[in-house]
Amino acid sequence: MIRTDWRNRGHSAYWAFLIHRISGLLLAFFLPLHFLALGQALSGESALDAFLAWTERPLLKLSEIVLVFLLAAHLTGGLRLLSIEFVGWHRESQKALLAVAGGVAAFCALLYALNLA
Amino acid sequence: MPRPEQLLHTRVWRGGTDGQFQSYDVPRQESQTVLDVVTWIQRRVDPSLAYRFACRVGMCGSCAMTVNGLPRWTCRTHVARVAPDDRLEIAPLANLPIVRDLVVDMREFFDKWREAKGQFVPTATRHDPIARVCPDSPARRAADAAIQCIGCAVCYASCDVVAWNPKYLGPAALNRAWTLVRDERDGERRQRLSAVVGDAGCHACHTHTLCTERCPMHLSPTTSIAGLKRAAAIAALRGEL
Repeated sequence: MIRTDWRNRGHSAYWAFLIHRISGLLLAFFLPLHFLALGQALSGESALDAFLAWTERPLLKLSEIVLVFLLAAHLTGGLRLLSIEFVGWHRESQKALLAVAGGVAAFCALLYALNLA
Repeated sequence: MPRPEQLLHTRVWRGGTDGQFQSYDVPRQESQTVLDVVTWIQRRVDPSLAYRFACRVGMCGSCAMTVNGLPRWTCRTHVARVAPDDRLEIAPLANLPIVRDLVVDMREFFDKWREAKGQFVPTATRHDPIARVCPDSPARRAADAAIQCIGCAVCYASCDVVAWNPKYLGPAALNRAWTLVRDERDGERRQRLSAVVGDAGCHACHTHTLCTERCPMHLSPTTSIAGLKRAAAIAALRGEL
């Protein structure tokens, strides 16, 4: 048997699946680190403050923006899937649904970036 | 219109799973289909080339192959549409065991229709009056929208979930189950829903929508699978599953 060809996958819904899966995996890695960081408060004020000072670096701020985008994309992508499964799937509206999901996620990331500036 | 001396550089899969592509130069012709190309090679170059076809007009569903990476009916695929640079790559359908060259073993594809309980179970006998089903009812319309499948396995060969999870019933079998779930005359709705839920059933679908993109009949197995998920959720809430 031969496997499905990569040329078969060039479709917007497939990209949406990839973003949803990758953002989900990255968020699963991020969350324990996030709780670990918050847990610094248990070791005293200075431990948490030292960590927070470290997060002020530009590269980390940039990754925060990416993180917000991934969070928002995972949320809107999930809402898209729920709407397909519980409201119904209509061929005509699929591209629009994908555009809205991507647009809202990008808007959230932009809003966060502007808030940082 | 192609020039008579124009050649189509064609690579065709030869052998079984461990086979390889072999090159053939085929003269271009007007309105030439991919099936015409395969037939030309078999008749003029190598009679041992194995492939499958019957009707040549998109009714039987037996000539599906992978053409330049995409599963298609070869009889209804014009060379001009898929090979603008005169390069054609023809392979057997993906996700199914290769018998030889371009022929795949369709057994597991059709076995899964049976596993999905794709057979109508009547509630009436021949002595009962004919069931009156309103063609405009939402349930009948939903069933009608999915019923034209001819079992060509293009959706099955395009689905990545089938490749990842060999037990997955696949778009065609689930689409068939959906037409019966929406058929008010059918007597095994609950058993059918039980057969199509879970990891090997509708819940394994990742909504890549490749089945719907590739279906030559323009059906939407994605709609059917989403419908099955919805029907299963409602049945579970009612305690029927």
